[in-house]
Amino acid sequence: MVSETIELRGHIIDSLILPKVLDQILTHGANFKIGEIKIGERRADQSFARIEVSAETSEALDELMLRLRQHGAEVIERANVQLATAPVDGVFPGDFYVTTNQQTFVRFGGKEIEVRPAMLNSAIALDRKKESARAVKFFDVTKGDEIVVGHQGIRVVPVQRSTTRTDIFQFINTIVDADEPKSAIVRELGEELRRARTAKGEIAIVAGPAIVRTGAADHLVRLIEAGYVDRLFAGNSFVAYDVEHTLFGTSLGMNPDLAFTRGGHENHLRAINTIREAGGIFAAVRKKILTRGVMYACVLHDVDIVLTGAIRDEGPIPGVTTDIIEAQKIMRQKLADLSHVMLLATVQHSLAVASMLAPTAKTVCVDIDPSAVERAIEHQPLQSIGLVTDVEPFLRELADYVSEPRLRE
Amino acid sequence: MRELLLCPPDYYGIEYEINPWMNRARGAEAALAQKQWKQLHARLSNLDCEVHLISPQPGLPDMVFTANAGLTVGRKFIPSNFRHKERAGEQPFFAKWMEQRRYEVNWLPENLYFEGEGDALFGGDALFCGYKFRSDIQSHRALSDILGCLVISVELVDPRFYHLDTCFCPLPDGMAFWFPSAFDDYGQRAIREHVSGLIDVSPEEATHFSCNAVVIERDIVLPEGAPRLVATLQESGYRCHELPMSEFIKAGGACKCLTLFMPQRESV
Repeated sequence: MVSETIELRGHIIDSLILPKVLDQILTHGANFKIGEIKIGERRADQSFARIEVSAETSEALDELMLRLRQHGAEVIERANVQLATAPVDGVFPGDFYVTTNQQTFVRFGGKEIEVRPAMLNSAIALDRKKESARAVKFFDVTKGDEIVVGHQGIRVVPVQRSTTRTDIFQFINTIVDADEPKSAIVRELGEELRRARTAKGEIAIVAGPAIVRTGAADHLVRLIEAGYVDRLFAGNSFVAYDVEHTLFGTSLGMNPDLAFTRGGHENHLRAINTIREAGGIFAAVRKKILTRGVMYACVLHDVDIVLTGAIRDEGPIPGVTTDIIEAQKIMRQKLADLSHVMLLATVQHSLAVASMLAPTAKTVCVDIDPSAVERAIEHQPLQSIGLVTDVEPFLRELADYVSEPRLRE
Repeated sequence: MRELLLCPPDYYGIEYEINPWMNRARGAEAALAQKQWKQLHARLSNLDCEVHLISPQPGLPDMVFTANAGLTVGRKFIPSNFRHKERAGEQPFFAKWMEQRRYEVNWLPENLYFEGEGDALFGGDALFCGYKFRSDIQSHRALSDILGCLVISVELVDPRFYHLDTCFCPLPDGMAFWFPSAFDDYGQRAIREHVSGLIDVSPEEATHFSCNAVVIERDIVLPEGAPRLVATLQESGYRCHELPMSEFIKAGGACKCLTLFMPQRESV
């Protein structure tokens, strides 16, 4: 959504110019909000109206503005943003503007510049020469960079609910509790993913180790095989458990395929050691050490794997980025173009991803802990669904649905 | 006694095309144009009007249409800012002429197009102003600022009726005759709300420029070719004087376009 503010002055009531302008805004598929209106008291007095006009695209808005100008609408010039320079590397100037994850525009030199990428809890650095603006974190800023301060000249455009198509993200936007039915939602989600795939959307999964531990790894493999996963975000332990499951049939010593079997606690360390010895996941697949499982399916189906580390990690497994700042950078870059993200059974990783997501990404969070779902979902208030459930039945049902012959291509 | 400004058609001709009526291949006959203009001049003079003449200028064929010189209210003269460069040269001659007669010249901002009485006609206490083809609506607010009166802005939508005075003619009793299809829906509604009685002119008679009439109290000077309108006006107690205007209609003008009131209103 983009918007401009217009002003109308004159005998806009008697001449019916005000209703004409409002009608034109609506008939062009745009919306308006009247900010201020003053009606002349005497017959010869002029009236005044300030109206915020918003349209889907800047092209549509420009075309509408051209029409409205013919009827006397004056487009209000916004003030430029205020800038201050970063005093030292890694430090923003005082009163720096803190971003939301919504689409944000800054006005500079009379132009509106979109802040790319839109990123939560960042500052905005402006490049005068390139006429570009980007959201920056502390580590991104160097002494002398021009940073936006105050609130002047900034326009934030919240994500609008779709008016052209109805999908589950439009209607639900809520959390489905443990005791509520989920099958219909999972089927709808399957449809949504199918549409996303047809529309060349990018689907990512943020996978927690509970996927393997609950025995849902095979369902995730089916999703990957059906082409519903473009990118996989995971940590060291997910890979360790998946490899352990593949090599030893256990995950953290438990066999998810057998009832009440325990044992082999050291298996996950042996699994890590095997991958380290092989030289990483790709090498392990190449050497036929890994012949099934989620990581194997990812390699086989060209899924982009993004692995980041944590304090408690063993290993690490080669390919896991352990430098936190570096990991943040990589994740931001890899999250930028996603249309759909499923946060599956991982609290910390889900929260990290949710805080970096663009507001346009449609998000599903599945966790057995209601507070984990709630915290992840609050970052995406308009386009997210939370399901409080064990991840295994969720993935099983979703994989069953998208694997149905009619959905296969 | 009403004072009027006319301009002899010595340099009149179809030398360019800036409205759908103009066609350089179908030029005006100079002698016939002179004859028709003289008939108009004589008729207006006979209606107890004082007719002033401005010297025509070579290279400005449309200067004959003095209604587009500007708008005169009391001793104030607001010169036009012509949209087309072909006519822009007329402005200094009219402004100078008015200045010499001690009119207070009120200039509009240069970036606002306004084509004078052609797009600004008083009806009751309101100044009706046409916009889009020639005048900008922004000029209407400037007029209201200068004159302190209610301005009803109406959008013109038929390019054949590109000035307000080609499709709307207010009468002294608060009524008016008009060609409704020349306006958009909002313009039609605005006019209906502010004019007590409206006489619709048929499309056929409107194309004879019937609305382009000079009204002097109960006398109406209009182009010939509108028998139904004339009958209606006569029933309402007006005397109609029909004149041949063929050579000026070729340029998209007739009786009213050839006449500027000095002033159109004594006060607002």
